[in-house]
Amino acid sequence: MDIGLSHYLVLASVLFCIGLYGALAKRNAVVILMCIEIMLNAVNIALVAFSRYLVPDAVLISGQVFVVFVLVVAAAEAVVGLAIIMAIYRSRRTIDSDDIDIMKG
Amino acid sequence: MGLEAAFWILAVVSVGAAVAVVLCKDVFRAALFLVLSFFAVAGIYASLDADFLAAAQVLIYVGAVGILVLFAIMFTRDTRHGSLFNKQHMFALLFAGILCAVMIYCMVETDWAALVAGGNAEPLPGSGGGLTESIGDSLFSEDGYLLPVEISGVMLLAAALGGIVIMRDK
Repeated sequence: MDIGLSHYLVLASVLFCIGLYGALAKRNAVVILMCIEIMLNAVNIALVAFSRYLVPDAVLISGQVFVVFVLVVAAAEAVVGLAIIMAIYRSRRTIDSDDIDIMKG
Repeated sequence: MGLEAAFWILAVVSVGAAVAVVLCKDVFRAALFLVLSFFAVAGIYASLDADFLAAAQVLIYVGAVGILVLFAIMFTRDTRHGSLFNKQHMFALLFAGILCAVMIYCMVETDWAALVAGGNAEPLPGSGGGLTESIGDSLFSEDGYLLPVEISGVMLLAAALGGIVIMRDK
């Protein structure tokens, strides 16, 4: 069986849901951030696959250009997110998301 | 044939490493599995003729983000507890499983070939030669994405300054 668009899309769905499960179910804030990076990677796979299979034109590669922007935003998000996590660790000596509940009503 | 084998190996490695990120008790090992997953995704990009993105993935994710995550873990590691699940993990597993099933059903059942004007999806012209030139053309041309590129440059500067300001000693 030939590898087609749906193979890549199913791979992207599986990776996205693994990342979603981790982001919802883990307590360590760094691991939550890592799972969000997995979700962003899954979306990137879907974008590249759509660009490769649905727009067979070398000039119109908006899908790959969007992936470049997602990479930039993910790098910025990792920097700010990890800085916030380390600032929280410095003041509260924990990064357990169950213990960081000062915003709770 | 070679491409099929490469796809299956890379898919199994990337999904397996992502599962290991979620299930690993040791946060440091989870981060190393995350780097392995990023590397396999770079291979997936290469199998889709996106050679520039594969290189960028290795440089940005495997290099920069991987090192940054390991750095943050070394600062904040809680070796006694490691990476635990919270109280809602059964509900999260159920939700993620249902969403995964629905998404796979939609992806498999949709007739993607009907969306392409020319019928069946064909490989890009000049595939194997690389698409870096057309990415550069569309990123840096006036009628392309020049303004978003400049805005994202400003955003990266703001993120770097924000990271410094948040982490600075008062």
